[in-house]
Amino acid sequence: MNIFLKVAAFSLVMVAGFWGFASFGIPQIKPAPPPVEEKVDLGAMTMDQFIALGGKIFNGKGTCTLCHNKMGRAPMLSDIGKNAPLRLKDPRYKGTAKTIEEYIFESMTKPSMYVVAGFGKSGTNDTESPMPDVTGGGIGLNPVEVKAVIAYLQDAGGAEVTVEIPAMPKAGAEAPKAEEAAPLKTAQEVIAKFGCGACHKVAGQTGEIGPNLTKIGATKNKDYIRQSILDPDAVIAKGYPAGMMPKTFGEQMKAKELEMLVDYLAGSK
Amino acid sequence: MNPRVAVWLVAQLHLWLGAFVVAVPMFVFIIETIGMMTRDERYDNMAYEFIKVSITAYSLTAIMGGLLSFCLVLFYPDLFKYLALIFKESMFAYALLFFAESAVLYIYYYGWHWLQGGNRKWVHLTFGLLLNAFGITLMLLANSWTTFMMSPAAVDAAGVFNGNTWEAIHNFLWNPINIHRVVANVAYGGSIVGAYAGFKFLSAKNKEERAHYDWVGYNANFIAIAALLPLPFAGYYLTAELYAYSQQMGITLMGGVFAWIFIIQAVLIGALFLSANYYLWCGMGRSDGASRYNGRIKFIAIVLVAAFLVWFTPHTLVLTNSELKSLGGPYHKYLGVFGIMPAKNTAVNFLLTFTFMSFMFYRRANKVATVSWATTGNAIQIALFTMGLINIVTLGVYYGYFTNTVYKVAASIPQVLTTLTIIIVSTVIDTLMYKGAKDVAPLHWGRMPARSQYALFLLAVSFTWLMGLMGYVRSGIRQHWHVSNIFRDASPDAYTPTLGYAANVITVGTIIFMAMVIFVFWLSTISGKHVVAKGYWKEQA
Ligand code: HEC
Ligand code: HEC
Ligand code: HEM
Repeated sequence: MNIFLKVAAFSLVMVAGFWGFASFGIPQIKPAPPPVEEKVDLGAMTMDQFIALGGKIFNGKGTCTLCHNKMGRAPMLSDIGKNAPLRLKDPRYKGTAKTIEEYIFESMTKPSMYVVAGFGKSGTNDTESPMPDVTGGGIGLNPVEVKAVIAYLQDAGGAEVTVEIPAMPKAGAEAPKAEEAAPLKTAQEVIAKFGCGACHKVAGQTGEIGPNLTKIGATKNKDYIRQSILDPDAVIAKGYPAGMMPKTFGEQMKAKELEMLVDYLAGSK
Repeated sequence: MNPRVAVWLVAQLHLWLGAFVVAVPMFVFIIETIGMMTRDERYDNMAYEFIKVSITAYSLTAIMGGLLSFCLVLFYPDLFKYLALIFKESMFAYALLFFAESAVLYIYYYGWHWLQGGNRKWVHLTFGLLLNAFGITLMLLANSWTTFMMSPAAVDAAGVFNGNTWEAIHNFLWNPINIHRVVANVAYGGSIVGAYAGFKFLSAKNKEERAHYDWVGYNANFIAIAALLPLPFAGYYLTAELYAYSQQMGITLMGGVFAWIFIIQAVLIGALFLSANYYLWCGMGRSDGASRYNGRIKFIAIVLVAAFLVWFTPHTLVLTNSELKSLGGPYHKYLGVFGIMPAKNTAVNFLLTFTFMSFMFYRRANKVATVSWATTGNAIQIALFTMGLINIVTLGVYYGYFTNTVYKVAASIPQVLTTLTIIIVSTVIDTLMYKGAKDVAPLHWGRMPARSQYALFLLAVSFTWLMGLMGYVRSGIRQHWHVSNIFRDASPDAYTPTLGYAANVITVGTIIFMAMVIFVFWLSTISGKHVVAKGYWKEQA
């Protein structure tokens, strides 16, 4: 028993040592919280404020400084005003941009159109950029945010700011949606957000263009319903026109939202 | 109880236990085979003892696995449903494999003494092989869930599954993690049975028992070291693949929020290497011939500590822009020189080479080579080590300080090859040279100081904590995503916890795990005990 206690005490002291070192021996970094959608009032914004917003996104949600910093992981963007025209003239340039604004936009959304020499993915001989599409899943900037970042880069990169502050969407419409805002919580919310009720009788709404969905679960299984949403033209419901139902839901919905919706519809009997 | 902590702890416990029960049959099979080839029964007994320890751990693993599924369904139903949809077909295989593995394990264990001798031994070994095949396949399937969450495949940008299950399993990071895990698990399993042997050694009642457990402990430590040597390479390969998959993820890992983790990782790995080496050095006391080597040990110790310190030196500690400014650049003024990758690679290769040297000294300690070319052989080996080490340093210095960033990592491959060459060539020479060598003095198994056994405990404890830490890193680099860029974590727990917080969870987990291991060890002891309850049973006529 004596030995047991000794060994246990020794092991606990060691564990405590690791714990103490990890807790106190090194600085505690608080990782940035998950990015949230900023509610901005574009109507009342001056260009300076818009540029400042871009700067904030550049350093924060955009995670641009993870790579665009002094460590040589990605080119510095402080001379982008001077560099962009040179890139456009380079024979290796494959894109369609004509102006600095377009070049920056293209760099952010289709980074491989032009890869700055020496920065390509290893083994691709500078034909593939390691930079992600910043409107895609991982970073998920929305169009307004992208514009703000471009304004910021033009301003900081010594170019004339040509971006215009986008107009506010008309009252009542939702504020610009981030592609990657948190998924909705219920199937009803999904139906409301994607406007199924405009065409379908579903969840208390009374659209008439498409089939009634209030009892769809009685005759159709989940796979069928999922397919009807993702690829509406795969099977056309009898008596209804093809090509009416939007084909873009698959791109707009989060996987979780889709599954919730499918479950809900399959359960509507 | 917070759902994230619940899932975290249960998953980690499942992983610790799983790593152990997957690893043990691998070396049990090898040890049993050695026993069969050499007809040395000690090996057979040791293999049996190991599998006996792992049998209760196997049940605990299954219980934890069940609990993990339960927690996932309870706390993260949507995520579970999503993953289940994608892995539907493989889940079925998973269940079948689990039953098959259980059946084979029970036959292997309970049939051990029944399937002995002649053809029966072959049958038994076949079961051992099957056990390993099922166990490893099971682990590969489990890994596919983890890696799918890091590097999803067979789905489109909205997360809609449009491929087949195999594509989802065979995602980008699957194999890199498979390799790192298999090797790490063997080392881990070795360290746990080492702790078992250490404890038995300390509590041994007589000389024979001490000798036996000393020998078992030595073998366990040998397994741990043998698997430890390739691990850093598997680790760097994993990281390189991570960068290749997503530079963003790679930088988050090595240069972002998690950069500091690698200092702790280095300390833990340093603890592993130093304790394994320390145990070897103590082991030299088993023979009288070893005193010849005593003087050299301290040089090895110095090199190991120095190499460890270089490895430990932080690389880039840039966290936020403000910190970047206050430090005046990404590298520290003085320490920066050692912080770069080639310096670390050089250090790791030194660590490995000198650990191997410790092992060689240990093996030779009590022997005198009798072959005629012994002096030449020795000279060749010294030349090999010297040239190899010079080569490693030259490569490190050249690529590290005289080329630009892009080429800095290029040093690692020739360095690794150098280390491997030293190890392989040296082993071959040594084996030939010490064939039929004569013993200086008899080897005394059991002549080991008690403190040496604590090195075995340190090995097991550091390993456990290290695994917990790396589990945090692996999941942490997904940040606020359940499935990278596809399935966002919308719960209040989506934030990445601080290292201090993670350290709390890992420590609690480690303690629970240690309690379970003690329970398992204890069970394996009581199974051999018989109490004669006189007067309790009614007399039989
Ligand atoms: C994972 C690392 C990474 C992240 C994150 C990243 N970039 Fe990049 N970026 C690169 C690399 C590498 C290049 C150079 C290769 C290329 O030309 O595509 C680059 C190039 C660019 C260029 C073209 C530069 C030139 O000189 O032509 C622009 C503009 C740019 N990035 C903007 C951004 C913005 C804005 C963000 C944040 C919203 C961002 N990047 C986030 C890695 C990154
Ligand atoms: C612009 C009108 C429109 C909108 C908006 C719309 N649908 Fe449809 N939907 C249709 C039409 C027309 C059909 C029948 C033709 C077909 O099968 O493509 C249909 C068919 C379906 C079907 C197959 C029904 C069956 O019985 O075969 C399902 C399920 C469905 N829609 C679900 C949805 C959901 C969920 C949404 C919201 C995310 C939605 N739809 C939005 C027009 C629409
Ligand atoms: C001697 C060196 C090393 C040792 C002993 C070691 C040990 C371990 C162990 C025990 C695990 C847990 C495995 C599991 O969960 O089954 C692990 C995982 C991991 N290691 Fe290492 N490692 C080493 C080197 C490295 C290096 C150099 C890197 C990268 C720089 C690295 C990166 C990782 C990562 C990202 C994981 C998590 C992946 C997973 O869950 O399997 N390792 N390591």
